[in-house]
Amino acid sequence: MLILNCPYCGVDAEESELSAGGEAHIKRHGPGSSEDEFHDYLFTRENPKGVHFERWRHSNGCGKWFHAARCTNTLEVFGTYPAQTTEPPKQIRDAITAKRPGWSWREFS
Amino acid sequence: MSKPISALNHASYDGIARIEECGLQGMITLRGDLSDKVVIKAATAATGQKMPGQREANVEGETGLCWMSPDELLVLVPYAEVEAKLAEINKALDGTHSLAVNVSDARAVFRVSGPYAREVMGKVSPVDLSKEAFQPGQIRRSRLAQVAGAFWMDGADTFRVVCFRSAADYAFKLLKVAAQPGSEVGVY
Repeated sequence: MLILNCPYCGVDAEESELSAGGEAHIKRHGPGSSEDEFHDYLFTRENPKGVHFERWRHSNGCGKWFHAARCTNTLEVFGTYPAQTTEPPKQIRDAITAKRPGWSWREFS
Repeated sequence: MSKPISALNHASYDGIARIEECGLQGMITLRGDLSDKVVIKAATAATGQKMPGQREANVEGETGLCWMSPDELLVLVPYAEVEAKLAEINKALDGTHSLAVNVSDARAVFRVSGPYAREVMGKVSPVDLSKEAFQPGQIRRSRLAQVAGAFWMDGADTFRVVCFRSAADYAFKLLKVAAQPGSEVGVY
């Protein structure tokens, strides 16, 4: 069972209290971008076996969106952080590096 | 004018815990910056209760303040006073970026009491309700089986449960089943 700590209300929320919101840190390509960029924005997603970044919503709780860094292979959770960011914060990246040296995900490592 | 009644009009059930619908409860949803002095003053002045911190509920009878999220507060006032209190809050919040709405008739309130109250709540909600983890003064927004709900403790073995009025019948039946005689588990 997946348990994520909601960074807004501090609750260790069980999976059934949350809703999954897909991949995190997707860069929006809007007006002025090329068709390929817009295509990737809409359809291209990571599907890693290992470190992954996701969006979750504490839907049966405070209702806030947040980000989670976890391993799709072992279900280990490296950490959660608020949604008001466009990239994983340093302490999350350090926590992943401590456990999965040499990891990379999209442009982050 | 028609006479307002609550969703289940004080229905009750006695099992391993007593389940009762509390009747009408005035509720105001207040959204805004909860660290803003104007918002704090408006909320505390309307209820006479202290401002709650994260996941805290300061409730006395039908009056209180509950922390719902970093920008949302549930203001409890007696049902008859809700319009007056709402006007008072709106006046105090004039010019501040915020929102206060009367949601009294959109909600249902239950009381679950008795020595097995923790167990009854523990059966329907994915929350650690051990004495070390959950105490009077705390509030938890979670789910009651399949519907959203929030609850806090009024005393050592009394819970007050809030859910949407449209789900009141479901929530009451759910709590009834969880409180069936002979269904004690003995965890808490």
